Amino acid sequence: MLRFLVRRTLGALVILLIVSMITYALFFAIPADPARLYCGKTCTPENLALIRHDMGFDHAWPVQYWNWLSTIFTGGTFNNVHCAAPCFGYSFAKQELVGGILLNRFPTTLSLTIGSAVIFLIVGIGTGMLAAHKQGKATDKIASSVSLLASSMQIYVAGPLALWALCYSTDLLDLPTYVPFTDNPIGWAGGLLVPWIVLSLIWTANYTRMTRSSMVEQLSEDYVRTARAKGMSGTSVFMRYAWRGAMGTIVTVFGIDLGVLLGGAIITETTFSLQGLGELAIHSFRDSDLSLLVGITVVAATLIVFFNIIVDAAYALIDPRIRLA
Amino acid sequence: MTTPTGATTDGNTSRPGSTSDLADNATTDAPGDPGFRGLSPGQLMWRRFLRDRTGVVSACVVLLFVAVAVFAPLIAMLYGKNPEAHYGQEDVSLLTDSGLPTGPNGGMSGDFWFGLEPGLGRDVMMLLIYGIRTSLIIAVATSLLTTVIGVALGIAAGYLGGKTDYFIGRVIDVLMSFPSQIFLIATMPVVTSLLVNSDEKNPDWLPFVSVTLVLSLLGWMGLARILRGVSLSLREREFIEAAKVTGASPARIIFKEILPNLWTPILVQSTLALPAFVTAEAGLSYLGVGVSEPTPDWGRMIADASGFLRTDVTFLLFPGLAMVLFVLAFNLLGDSVRDAFDPKTNR
Repeated sequence: MLRFLVRRTLGALVILLIVSMITYALFFAIPADPARLYCGKTCTPENLALIRHDMGFDHAWPVQYWNWLSTIFTGGTFNNVHCAAPCFGYSFAKQELVGGILLNRFPTTLSLTIGSAVIFLIVGIGTGMLAAHKQGKATDKIASSVSLLASSMQIYVAGPLALWALCYSTDLLDLPTYVPFTDNPIGWAGGLLVPWIVLSLIWTANYTRMTRSSMVEQLSEDYVRTARAKGMSGTSVFMRYAWRGAMGTIVTVFGIDLGVLLGGAIITETTFSLQGLGELAIHSFRDSDLSLLVGITVVAATLIVFFNIIVDAAYALIDPRIRLA
Repeated sequence: MTTPTGATTDGNTSRPGSTSDLADNATTDAPGDPGFRGLSPGQLMWRRFLRDRTGVVSACVVLLFVAVAVFAPLIAMLYGKNPEAHYGQEDVSLLTDSGLPTGPNGGMSGDFWFGLEPGLGRDVMMLLIYGIRTSLIIAVATSLLTTVIGVALGIAAGYLGGKTDYFIGRVIDVLMSFPSQIFLIATMPVVTSLLVNSDEKNPDWLPFVSVTLVLSLLGWMGLARILRGVSLSLREREFIEAAKVTGASPARIIFKEILPNLWTPILVQSTLALPAFVTAEAGLSYLGVGVSEPTPDWGRMIADASGFLRTDVTFLLFPGLAMVLFVLAFNLLGDSVRDAFDPKTNR
């Protein structure tokens, strides 16, 4: 297990290096000149050169990339702001340290993800198991059709519709806002209720379909038949045999989804005007804010890679047949 | 599921003497007794598909969308409107001072069946119909491009193995770890700047090509992974070995022996991928980085409509519902195609 974790972590670091390098290279292929944006209307060539030098844009991109990489470990000082290691750079557009901005924004994305994940896991897996249990009956057909319809919905269709139905036309719920959990837990849940409902509506559908199909598959396996033949009760077969077999698939997909969701759901956060990582990403892109964009990309990629490793480790715990080699 | 078609038919025809009587009998019997006529896998698949009512209905819906997209200019001619004209600004009585349609339900009337767009006052039905064109052209082009890339790299990794396999595998790993939404947004201006000079006026085809390229860049990995797995197992099968022993060139083995066995996963995956590209394309436009004005686009219509939620939801309903219907029909079609090809899978 330890060898597996060490090997995978090293592999993940290599992937993160490549991802950050590609982001850097990509940014320099964009024709926009970020220094010009901060130069203002009365921009003399000297001023421009000075700003470019301050921002570190007067080097070729591999040199800048190297500077960025070494600053993570050594720390640095930008605009008289000291940045202790691990330092992810300084955002010239926001006049703030990238690490600080990311830490400010992350709780919003985290709350959005946790709340909806709790709903879609419970409802999705529950409905999926029910449908598998009543396979071919009316319950199954209704659950399958509803989830098929819901999975064809998109956040940018369902989101505005929900806003209209729940907030604008009826005043049933408040417009989405983010209140820190530690300040006011009820306000936190109330402010995020609409995004949670919309996100979990779409994700529940996927989990229902997935749970149902892997349960049905497991129930037709030979070992389940054997368990039934030796006289095991239906509930035990369902929960201890089939469910355990189906769990592997669900955990895998959930781990991958969690990594993606935590990295910032751009469309969701844009739809509900929530100030999370995804919304930050699109703003940093519009502002040509390289250090911030690289920061977000690396954080999002780290989450994806991290959860992939967790999934593989968890898989070995769930399914003893799988060895971590 | 995977019948080495080429190998078996070759074996039958070249087999000498003893079995030829039997074979002759079989062929002479066949026309007289259609009940025993052999069906090709393609015919079997077609028959299974026709029996699947959901599949046929969703195929009809998809075909209807395609037909509307293809005959958009004809519909525009019969309807007497076009997607560019700002009707609301030409006729002042149609829009209020704040730019909202004067009529109820977003200005729906006998003249403007689906109402008027707030602000510019274009015809919503025309925007919707021409919007299908935009998303279908991009989604189909992306599907074709990703299929070509996925097939080429998947077979190369699976069949050649060794260093090629390792290298392609690592490229897929890296691309899969990219946060795809951020990456799509960040690559859009790069691809655009590679295609044209920034000084010139952008040609009409530019947004189509750049969105297609960007979506394809991150869209081929799934298919490549699946095909790698299948060709990896095919490589060890006897009929490939037989082909190698008889001195077939690698190109012949890949195109004549392996590729025919991959059509099922290729077709199934592409049918399932197409609606995903439709939604991804609309997502890009929704965020304001995809196809830009004046090309009609569903994602942008939805984004524009979101600004008018307080006053009227009608502008959101048409593109929103059209999108859901289209994606739903395509998902159902994808499921039915998979069932028809591979009746053993249970969902």
